[in-house]
Amino acid sequence: MFSYLVRRLLYAVPILLGVVAITFFLDNVMMSPDAKASRVLGPKARGEQRREWIHNRGLDQPIPQQFVRYIGNLATGKFGTSWVTGREVREIFVTGAGPSLCITVPGFIAAFLASVGVALFQVFIRNSPLDRGLTIVSIALMSLPTMVYVIFAQAFLALALCYFPAYGFSFDGLNVFRFIALPVCIFILINVGYDARLYRAIFLEEIGQDYVRTAQAKGVSNPRVLAVHVFKNGLIAIITLVVAELPKLILGSLLIESLFGIPGLGNVLVQAIQTGDQPVVMTSVFLGSVLYLAALILTDICYALADPRIRLS
Amino acid sequence: MPDPLLEIKNLAIHFATETGTIEAVRGISFSMARGETLAIVGESGSGKSVTGLALTRLLPEPPAVYQSGEILLDGKDVLKMEPRELRTIRGKKIAYIFQEPSTSLNPVFTIRNQIAEAIKLHRPEVREIDAEVIKYLDLVGITDPAKRLHDYPHQLSGGMQQRVMIAMALSCGPELLVADEPTTALDVTIQAQIIDQLRELKQRVRMAIILITHNFGIIGGLADRVAVMFRGKIVEYGETRTVLAKPQHPYTQALIQCIPQPGQKRERLATIDHAALDAMG
Amino acid sequence: MPESLRHILEHWLTQDALVVGGFALVFFLLRAGARNERWQRAGARLKRDRTGLIAFAIVLLYLTIGALEVFQIPTASGTRSILDLFLGGISPEKSYSAPLADTLLGSARHAKLNGHHLLGTDVLGKDVFAQMLKACRTALIIGGLTSAIYVPLGALLGVLAGYFRRWVDDMIQYVYSTLASIPEILLLVAIISATTPRWGRSLGTMAIALGITGWVGLCRLIRGETMRQAERPYVTAARALGQTHAKIVVRHLLPNVMHLVLISAVLGFSNIVLAEAILSYLGVGAPVGTASWGIMIDAGRTELGRDPLVWWNISAATAALFGLVLSLNLLGDSLRRAFDPKQT
Repeated sequence: MFSYLVRRLLYAVPILLGVVAITFFLDNVMMSPDAKASRVLGPKARGEQRREWIHNRGLDQPIPQQFVRYIGNLATGKFGTSWVTGREVREIFVTGAGPSLCITVPGFIAAFLASVGVALFQVFIRNSPLDRGLTIVSIALMSLPTMVYVIFAQAFLALALCYFPAYGFSFDGLNVFRFIALPVCIFILINVGYDARLYRAIFLEEIGQDYVRTAQAKGVSNPRVLAVHVFKNGLIAIITLVVAELPKLILGSLLIESLFGIPGLGNVLVQAIQTGDQPVVMTSVFLGSVLYLAALILTDICYALADPRIRLS
Repeated sequence: MPDPLLEIKNLAIHFATETGTIEAVRGISFSMARGETLAIVGESGSGKSVTGLALTRLLPEPPAVYQSGEILLDGKDVLKMEPRELRTIRGKKIAYIFQEPSTSLNPVFTIRNQIAEAIKLHRPEVREIDAEVIKYLDLVGITDPAKRLHDYPHQLSGGMQQRVMIAMALSCGPELLVADEPTTALDVTIQAQIIDQLRELKQRVRMAIILITHNFGIIGGLADRVAVMFRGKIVEYGETRTVLAKPQHPYTQALIQCIPQPGQKRERLATIDHAALDAMG
Repeated sequence: MPESLRHILEHWLTQDALVVGGFALVFFLLRAGARNERWQRAGARLKRDRTGLIAFAIVLLYLTIGALEVFQIPTASGTRSILDLFLGGISPEKSYSAPLADTLLGSARHAKLNGHHLLGTDVLGKDVFAQMLKACRTALIIGGLTSAIYVPLGALLGVLAGYFRRWVDDMIQYVYSTLASIPEILLLVAIISATTPRWGRSLGTMAIALGITGWVGLCRLIRGETMRQAERPYVTAARALGQTHAKIVVRHLLPNVMHLVLISAVLGFSNIVLAEAILSYLGVGAPVGTASWGIMIDAGRTELGRDPLVWWNISAATAALFGLVLSLNLLGDSLRRAFDPKQT
């Protein structure tokens, strides 16, 4: 088990390197140092201002050299400072994580509970018209782009009816709930359709297994067969999927955050892209990859722990 | 027969599939006395497994349709029972063991918990569940049962898994055990062990057994009577000794001929002419 | 070569060929599929699926409208698309007007409009109904181009990885793991920004970006299925008989994973259409001036805050987008059930 983990971690390193390399070179292909300087400093900046700016950030060095230096910095945890605000990138990310999690964590938990509940219910009434109807509703929820949910929610629930604030965020006490109410609801809506369908398929697969027939032959009632036998088996696959999603929660939803003005990591990234703030963008990419790879490893571990067939062999 | 345990009268079952209706059981009748062992022999598709599952309405109901007939258990028609009553019969009066023990046991529960579930359901008065589980594991010949309590099914061999299934079936004292191809998925040597186990259980526990199989070779010494099924109908029915010695129906004769005998001088294995048998109706 | 002829030729090569080619491809694939037993059975099941058939009809409707907008013919007043001819040249207004209104929005005087607008007009006075229909072309082209890139790429690499295993598999896995671990929006924006200076912002660059990021999912799926198929005895038998790798892949493996490719392509199309809307919001989507639901929705953000409220632009675009994406998703779901019924 331990050696397996070590192998997986080692396998992740070349991928991380590849990711960093791709983004680094893409970034340098996209814009010349001069163009970057113009973008950050503004069109009024004079030639020597730009040259000084470029030199201060080492952008005039040969690219391979820059790359090596960058890797070195990454390895030692030096993520640089923002070109736009001057804040330490590390600090930006730490403060940005809070608001993102305020939305993704409650949303994720609620969506999970709702999806599992709906999926189990659909399997209980499988092939009935209601089952079909719920499937179509799930598909319909998945068929709208996030922006539409946000724009309509803001226009009607927030601005017209004034139930919730349309924009902004604040951490102080109970006020938080007012600001996260709409974003969390939208987060749930966009995820629950997809999840419910997925879990329904998993549970349906289990219903067809032999052990279900054995349970029925023992005289176990149908609700118990579902809630205990099928559920526990399906949970193995579901937990694995859930765990794989967890690392991404820190990054938050780009669209929800930028449209609601939530100062989370998603918004940080969007702003950074729009203003050409390279250190922030690069760190986001690096962070995103680390989280993705962490999710992969977590998936394997989780699967091994949850399934007794793998755990005890 | 006075006071039969089970009486099947003109049972007909068909399946509604997307390619048409499949008539699995086309009007069969037989009865069983308490403590009797009946073997139902036939090829795949003869309707023998469907018959076995029908006894407690275990067939998934679309697509299965119980067209006609009665299944009388102690005089009461199973097909007319409410679900709640059916569930009191399942496991308690009629218990099952199936063909593939590896998939028929739930992979995420220990064998102790699976057997305990049955006991808690049908014998709530039992206090010492662990002791009871050990008792039945021992009964089916599992060595060191106390150590095995918290094992998962995949940790046991195929033969042991099937013994666990038997233990689970016996744990509530059923009057009838339906064994649906219990040895087909096992190695030949293990097959013999399981059959011996069933034979031994027959002596110790007063229980009727329905043994569903395609293999005439395993019913000797175990089955009191045998019913031969072909295409949903019973074509021969009688005491095992008699049927084996003097089979009346050509299908039975053909089936028995298929059993390879050591010392036989034959160049080709015997086959069964289905077309001719179909023509006979 | 005269200017108009060159223009027509260019248009033909890039867009018309795509549409014709797309339809032809689908036609030939379906004919080939009809000889496959698995596809025959699925087809029979599909015929009984009312929801699936309705969804298919709706998708076909959208594709037809899109195609009508793609094909252009020279008329007296310059080259027009066939769709334009159907719409009968609706004349533009100065600015907003409500659906079926007589006057410009917010104008007290009865300044008569130039024409009847079923769904009103947008900020530039263009008829919203016409824009909504014309955007089908954008969806069709982006969906088609992107699919043309990512489907062959994903399917082929998936089969190669699943069949050959070892270093081929390792390499392909490395490539897609790396790609997959970069946050998708970033990659999209990066690729689009990189190609825009060279080729200008267009649907083509969007398609390339979406194609490069989109093949990973399909590749993983096909790789898994290929590995399962490659273990089957018929593959071992073919090898034993001396069949070349190429023949096995083409004659045996590919046909047996094609149904997964089809389902993924249909569902992928709906994701692409949604992605276009998101990219347009982020400002890296369809070029300004193209009819696109994404651009209309993006405009709706501020329009809903106006007084009086301008709701018809975003509603029309949302309804149209929803109609296509929902139908594609339902169709994909029906296809999935047709090929693999998980009936109780």
